[in-house]
Amino acid sequence: MAPLSEEARARRSHATYGYEAGARGRRGEAETPSGGEAEVLSEPATVLAPAGTAERTVTFDLGVTTVRALNSELHAPTATSYEVLRPQGAHAIAAGVHAPLTIDVRGHAGYYCAGMNDGGLITVQGNVGTGVAENMMSGVVRVRGDASQSAGATAHGGLLVIEGSASMRCGISMKGVDIVVGGDIGPMSAFMAQAGRLVVCGDAGDGLGDSIYEARIYVRGTVAGLGADCVEKDLRAEHRAELAELLTAAGIDPVGEYAPERFRRYGSARRLYHFAAGNSAAY
Amino acid sequence: MTEFPPTASPATASPATASPAVMSGQEASLGLRESHTFDRATIAGIQRAAETGVYDIRGWGAKRRLPHFDDLLFLGASMSRYPLEGYRERCDTDVVLGDRNAKYPLRLAIPVTIAGMSFGALSAQAKEALGRGASEVGTSTTTGDGGMTPEERGQSKHLVYQYLPSRYGMNPTDLRKADAIEVVLGQGAKPGGGGMLLGQKISDRVAAMRTLPAGIDQRSACRHPDWTGPDDLAIKILELREITDWEKPIYVKVGASRTYYDVKLAVAAGADVVVVDGMQGGTAATQDVFIEHVGIPTLAAIPQAVQALAELGLHRKVQLVVSGGIRTGADVAKAMALGADAVAIGTAALIALGDNHPRHAAEYAKLGSAAGFYDDFQDGRDPAGISTQDPELAARLDPVEGGRRLANYLRVLTMEAQTIARACGKSHVRNLEPEDLVALTIEAAAMARVPLAGTSWIPGQGTGDHGRFG
Repeated sequence: MAPLSEEARARRSHATYGYEAGARGRRGEAETPSGGEAEVLSEPATVLAPAGTAERTVTFDLGVTTVRALNSELHAPTATSYEVLRPQGAHAIAAGVHAPLTIDVRGHAGYYCAGMNDGGLITVQGNVGTGVAENMMSGVVRVRGDASQSAGATAHGGLLVIEGSASMRCGISMKGVDIVVGGDIGPMSAFMAQAGRLVVCGDAGDGLGDSIYEARIYVRGTVAGLGADCVEKDLRAEHRAELAELLTAAGIDPVGEYAPERFRRYGSARRLYHFAAGNSAAY
Repeated sequence: MTEFPPTASPATASPATASPAVMSGQEASLGLRESHTFDRATIAGIQRAAETGVYDIRGWGAKRRLPHFDDLLFLGASMSRYPLEGYRERCDTDVVLGDRNAKYPLRLAIPVTIAGMSFGALSAQAKEALGRGASEVGTSTTTGDGGMTPEERGQSKHLVYQYLPSRYGMNPTDLRKADAIEVVLGQGAKPGGGGMLLGQKISDRVAAMRTLPAGIDQRSACRHPDWTGPDDLAIKILELREITDWEKPIYVKVGASRTYYDVKLAVAAGADVVVVDGMQGGTAATQDVFIEHVGIPTLAAIPQAVQALAELGLHRKVQLVVSGGIRTGADVAKAMALGADAVAIGTAALIALGDNHPRHAAEYAKLGSAAGFYDDFQDGRDPAGISTQDPELAARLDPVEGGRRLANYLRVLTMEAQTIARACGKSHVRNLEPEDLVALTIEAAAMARVPLAGTSWIPGQGTGDHGRFG
């Protein structure tokens, strides 16, 4: 039995961020679209623009145009910077992005916002519904508000930052993603979490890390209860170092109230890695 | 039923896993009598449980006797129907799957597809052989709980990518490479169950694809992590369509249980194709008690699914794929006559590759099994090199030769189904209909909703020719 190399995982995670720590400003700061000419599109057919598009920000107003038109453009991009106005809680906004695009969603989004993101730098200036950044492969997704259930579910890589709180099942079955939550997370979070890091600056709900594999969890506040096979572990120097890195990447200064020493680490006791009748009471 | 004297009917059978209690003449002549309730297999099961303290986990599907396609017969054409010339006249077999919403529906040459089986459960060579065989005859194969391998993608002309609760190996790049996406809610062998891949089959490659340490027993979740219930599923399907730009058909697969309701809800959630897997459908590793006691037979599920689609006005528009115990062209024809658009095979495909072949008899014996009985797919020591990750065992299966054998078998299934369709006067196997069928047993008549042979009686639907699906 050879557990995944932690170094290899760390290398992969950081290599896929495509993101510079602190570049997007501190929590609570207003985000402004990158400079250049803004163009509001009402018809998908008018998306295409002449060459030299890298400099401009293309704007989609979902009060006028459709999510289909938006995603169609994002999957075959003609620019590198996008702004989504009046998202109105629509589902699957910016799902399936697979290029290093900067996408600013200026309002609340519905289910599966930034679903399966692979390289996009996606910011939501509001709250998100179920499954934000589910199965993300790489890139950065930042939610300025709160997230509903299953944030970052099964995600393989990249960084998901939720500045507010996340509901139940945050980081469920996570497979290498890093998730930083500014507030609290709900019950059954990191259920069967396989790999990656989950950092919670507030409190965690009941059943944290149930049946967890190799993911590492850091919680600053209280934990209502640990799930099967999840235990508190020592916070060693290397953990303090990675925590400081993760907080910094999320735009949080790892000092004072947010110093790594203020967090506790949780992970797998690895007692349930082999199915055995003697464990029946543990489930 | 062809046996005489008849063995116990399903309703009164002794425990599910037990083979019918048949005594040798010698024992009977000594006045010995074996219990139907505690037959030898049941006694062995109790003793095994007492020894080990753990339940039996195995592969294969339900082994108990069940009402099945064998209990149906076709009414060939004669005075009132014109047959087609069996060896000459055209009888088409092509099928289009998923043309409701997808830009590129699957267009298959034959209505027999390969069911989802994972790399992990099966060797890479076996997956490649399935792809080769299916492609040779113009049908599709399906990934499983472990992601898409290059061998499989490379050799499969039409590849259905399963979207499972575990999301092992799930990534958008492979999703975009797929020809269709199958959202899996369950399988016939274990509706309501997740999975377990035991450590002996977790090679470094399997472990890496699933992002888990090698050698541990891998649990697969039974619930999807980011949606709950049909309303959420509708949004999940929308997301999958968005990510793949509405190009690919979306299947929803359910294990047969509350099939009528499940099919209605799957369609309401947006499924382009519904896959219904009966309890005879196989598994690589599930508790024996689960396999034998949860779910309903394929025969009972099909009319429920067809009724649900018909009531929605979507029969033949949302396609129905049926799996679980398909072995012959007769089974294919019967499933289609009951209303399926296509079938899927799993266990039979593995047998075509060489599973349970008598040439491995000595090795099966060493494993405490025998050719025709081997079901320890969870164990990873398959002498046929199919359900294993052991490089030496896996190397025994030549993917090219395996593919050839599977293609042969698929051709036979197709020709057999055509033979029956022509006899019933149909120029396309899809044109077979319930009216072409009768049942041999009351149970089969009630489940399949076709009359008992020689009568006009469909149990549960009164008498007379009216109201068969009424």
